[in-house]
Amino acid sequence: MLVFLPVSLEEAFDAFEQCPDAHFLAGGTDFMVEVNFALRRPPAVVCLRRVEELQGWRVEGSEVVLGAGITYTELLAPRLGELLPGLAQASRTVGSPQIRNAGTVGGNLGTASPAGDSLPVLAALDAKIVVASKHGRRSLELADLIVGPKRTTLAPGEVIVEVRVPAALGSQQFLKVGTRNAMVIAVANVALVADWAGRSVRCALGSVGPVVIRAREAEEFISARIDWEGRTPPSDGDLAEFTALVRSAARPIDDHRSTADYRRHSVGVCAERALGRVFSGDNREASERTSWAS
Amino acid sequence: MSTVLDKLRGRLGQSAPRPDGVPKVRGQFAFSSDMFAEGMLWGHMLRSPHPAAAIRSIDVSQALLIPGVRAVITSDDVPGRKTYGLDYPDQPVFAWDVVRFMGEPVAAVAADHPDTARRAAAAIVVDYAPTEPMTDPAAAVDAAPIHPLGNVLHRQWVRCGDPEAVGAVVVEGRYETAMQDQAQMGPESGLAIPGEDGGVDLYIATQWLHIDQEQMAACLALPLEKVRLHLAGVGGAFGAREDLSMQVQICMLALRTGRPVKMVYSREESFLGHVHRHPAVMWYRHHADRDGRLVKVEARIILDGGAYLSTSTAVTMNASCMAPGPYLVHNAVVEAVAVRTNNPPCGAMRGFGSVQACFAHEAQMDKLAAALGMDPVELRLRNVLKQGDSLITGQVLRGTAPVADVIRTCAAAPLPTGGPQTAAELELPGGAGRTAERTRVRRGVGFAVSVKNLMYGGGFDDYSSARCRLEDGVATITCAAVEVGQGFVTLAQQIAREVLGVADVILAPPGTADIGSAGSTSASRQTWMSGGAVQKACFAVRERLFSCTATKYGVSAETLAILDGRVVSLDGQIDIPVFEAAGGEVLEETVEFHHEPTAELDQNGQGDAFVSFAFAAHRAVVDVDLDLGLVRVVDITTSQDVGRVLNPVQLVGQLEGGIAQGVGLAVMEEIVLDHGRVRNPSFTDYVIPTALDMPPVHIAALIEEPEPGSPMGAKGAGEPPMISSVAAVVAAIRNATGLELPRAPVRPQDIALAGASRGPTLASSPNNVEVSQ
Ligand SMILES: Cc1cc2nc3c(=O)[nH]c(=O)nc-3n(C[C@H](O)[C@H](O)[C@H](O)COP(=O)(O)OP(=O)(O)OC[C@H]3O[C@@H](n4cnc5c(N)ncnc54)[C@H](O)[C@@H]3O)c2cc1C
Repeated sequence: MLVFLPVSLEEAFDAFEQCPDAHFLAGGTDFMVEVNFALRRPPAVVCLRRVEELQGWRVEGSEVVLGAGITYTELLAPRLGELLPGLAQASRTVGSPQIRNAGTVGGNLGTASPAGDSLPVLAALDAKIVVASKHGRRSLELADLIVGPKRTTLAPGEVIVEVRVPAALGSQQFLKVGTRNAMVIAVANVALVADWAGRSVRCALGSVGPVVIRAREAEEFISARIDWEGRTPPSDGDLAEFTALVRSAARPIDDHRSTADYRRHSVGVCAERALGRVFSGDNREASERTSWAS
Repeated sequence: MSTVLDKLRGRLGQSAPRPDGVPKVRGQFAFSSDMFAEGMLWGHMLRSPHPAAAIRSIDVSQALLIPGVRAVITSDDVPGRKTYGLDYPDQPVFAWDVVRFMGEPVAAVAADHPDTARRAAAAIVVDYAPTEPMTDPAAAVDAAPIHPLGNVLHRQWVRCGDPEAVGAVVVEGRYETAMQDQAQMGPESGLAIPGEDGGVDLYIATQWLHIDQEQMAACLALPLEKVRLHLAGVGGAFGAREDLSMQVQICMLALRTGRPVKMVYSREESFLGHVHRHPAVMWYRHHADRDGRLVKVEARIILDGGAYLSTSTAVTMNASCMAPGPYLVHNAVVEAVAVRTNNPPCGAMRGFGSVQACFAHEAQMDKLAAALGMDPVELRLRNVLKQGDSLITGQVLRGTAPVADVIRTCAAAPLPTGGPQTAAELELPGGAGRTAERTRVRRGVGFAVSVKNLMYGGGFDDYSSARCRLEDGVATITCAAVEVGQGFVTLAQQIAREVLGVADVILAPPGTADIGSAGSTSASRQTWMSGGAVQKACFAVRERLFSCTATKYGVSAETLAILDGRVVSLDGQIDIPVFEAAGGEVLEETVEFHHEPTAELDQNGQGDAFVSFAFAAHRAVVDVDLDLGLVRVVDITTSQDVGRVLNPVQLVGQLEGGIAQGVGLAVMEEIVLDHGRVRNPSFTDYVIPTALDMPPVHIAALIEEPEPGSPMGAKGAGEPPMISSVAAVVAAIRNATGLELPRAPVRPQDIALAGASRGPTLASSPNNVEVSQ
């Protein structure tokens, strides 16, 4: 088996051109599971860990640019955690320390699992995902990249290069329901962003549909009802309506991890709690809480 | 100097270090999956993808064409008996006409490379005609048989007293426990090496070498002595290794190819390839008088045995005899039935029938307490079994029975301080997912008590063999008792040090060639049985040591003793090191240790079927997210009847490990089945507790009342921790939520959606469970 160890995107593209049936490998935390289950038999592998352009992160204007190779552990570090508190919260829920050290955001996008924990946050932040190949670069919304369970619109040889998200946007919350208290695949997960300046609430739901779902009706409803000036918590009635709209946005299924009814129920509870926290000041804590990682 | 050594290395009662401890934590211990032999091939099993199907044909020709493939075998190639089984051989080595569960072996391959073997297995063409699987155990009782031996694997009645007796207060309930997996860390693995004599040497991780040997010899059509088993490093067992897994098949491949063959199950295969804990449906009705004294217990228990018999008979016996729990009951009518279905076979797992019964009888005791308006602990104390009392089987408890003590000490221990309002965020229900809202988290406390019979009974002549050899002051112990992690290797050394006063104790590798059977490492029996055999062998050697010394010095052997590695006489005249006392002679003794005989149960489940009983109490504290139904177990406090503490650290290990498995069954562990198909055969989806799910364990008391008949006074301690911990955790969740929660594990939706979609009422009539008589 051929293994390429490119150090630049150019080299990665060249490797792919040389070996068009090669698979891209990042942290391997999904990839190797598939290999072990004999679900994936890569004829050749292009390793992305050394590719300069995929590493690290930077701030450009009001945006944070994350290299696709950024790991969950890196996202949990205090500085980045403050800029992207929702992503830090989501990162803390991923797997175990070993998985967080190896697993990357690019890999979470590449796998495109309906339960991927970074995905609702990226959706709620309206992230732009930059992908590139020998033939050029394009920038996509999450919904245009991930189009089904484990299905992306990546063309052969196309590499996820970076993810662009607004820095320190409003208040952010991420909640994940699983069948144990750590290291578990989400039965449901919810990301919520309250953009105080933009006067909008954005709420994305994971594991309750084939792809991450933006609860648009719920967002519009609550955005219109919130007292953005006074920042007073929504009324119980508004909260209940918001929760109901979130639930109706979900399209969950029954499987061996849970039931559709419970998933629908729990995204509602999580969204309601997320919204409550945005107003309770719990969010300020959230960015500080990123010190969990260490 | 030897005093220091003894202290350092541990005699009985001390926390002697495990001889395999350091290598295990350093990753240097060779587990069965680490074995290698020059020129070895890799075996791989082809398993049925269907829970039920007729096999029309099997075509292996394509597999044989793959380069590197050395052998492909099916049922036609089995040289001897085509079936095996611990109790009765009803399980095929390879399925021939029909497959009865998903994962049943159909063929096996040996090839140069594991991947080649896997590909070759995939190239075997099996023409299946799938049939409707029979997966409902209640319906299976009267349904068309799915095996020539019928669908009722075993039915056990236990009747005592007056079946018409009634109490002033009656409570009933229907309870369920799910199929639990042992989830041992080491997957099944073995290495078979063909011998020059036409026999075979098998290095295998198992629980009982000699019973494997017996079953294998019959299938391989070889005399016993040509089937030589050697214990390979065992990565946990918990019952999963009691039945044969690959033993016969890899030996067949080795004999066929004339080359060593290694096989290692993947995790998925491990889930499909070993037995599980029987799921149970249990209907109970308790009668009591107004003071809370039990008048009568009625129970019907249906155990899903899956496709083959395995140990269902003994599990059924335990579940029925232990049905009322550790309480005095004069009138009882209990029926337990294990049935055959097209679900995965069920057999041994830690707690063995008692776990299921305990879940039900303890829920019943709480219900009864509520009906009487009585404190649940007080109600239990009013009914506890005591020495001299009779079980519902008519057996009189002659051994120690400190049930009241375990209850009192456990209940009196202080509760954890704080609560959900002050708990660290990660320690709230939902943990790392940050879902909890403190105002919506409620704390609950639950209490449960259990009884477990120890060792094999029911008329079975249970024994263990051991040899002690003393040479140059070094003792060598030979015993086929399997170390599965419980610490028998430590104990055997402790016993030899204690009896012989030597510091150095070597343990010979366990195998079938050098020594007789040690019986199974299960049923909480090895400390008593093989510990007893080792002790007896050491005593025999000590006798000879004393008689050598006595002859040499012209004193009476009765005046001699061993003190700190020296043989001394009471008058102080003789004081010589042990190795000198033997006078250069090698002293060797081989013994068998048998426990007191037991009897078979009669038609009505009456008889002295058991040797001894151990009791435990657990108190669980949980925090529950009322809206999401997520649970965090905050604390488990326990008291256990252990007879005598032989190694404190290892004992605590058993308590903590058993509680971890109990917490698992209470809140998360379940093999999810869909028409006989296992939906979650991986550690991604079969979740077991992580460090964040496992609460601190507080030991309120270890009750040390030496058990008569036990060689060192100790009672087996491995199973009780997992029995009442399940019931206690679920009781605590009931306490927090006010819900009935009749099923373990409790799933989030059982709590969160209880108001919305409450299913059929759960405390229902006996007619809910149809059991033909
Ligand atoms: C024990 C365990 C626990 C886990 N827990 C969680 C969890 O809690 N939450 C969760 O969301 N996930 C979890 N996962 C899944 C996994 O860790 C994540 O999806 C992770 O983000 C994958 O990243 P990776 O770098 O390891 O990707 P890899 O495994 O290397 O790759 C995954 C896929 O993405 C493709 N890919 C990777 N990088 C790129 C790129 N830059 N451009 C194009 N394609 C690319 C690969 O070709 C492959 O198809 C867990 C996995 C394990 C083994």
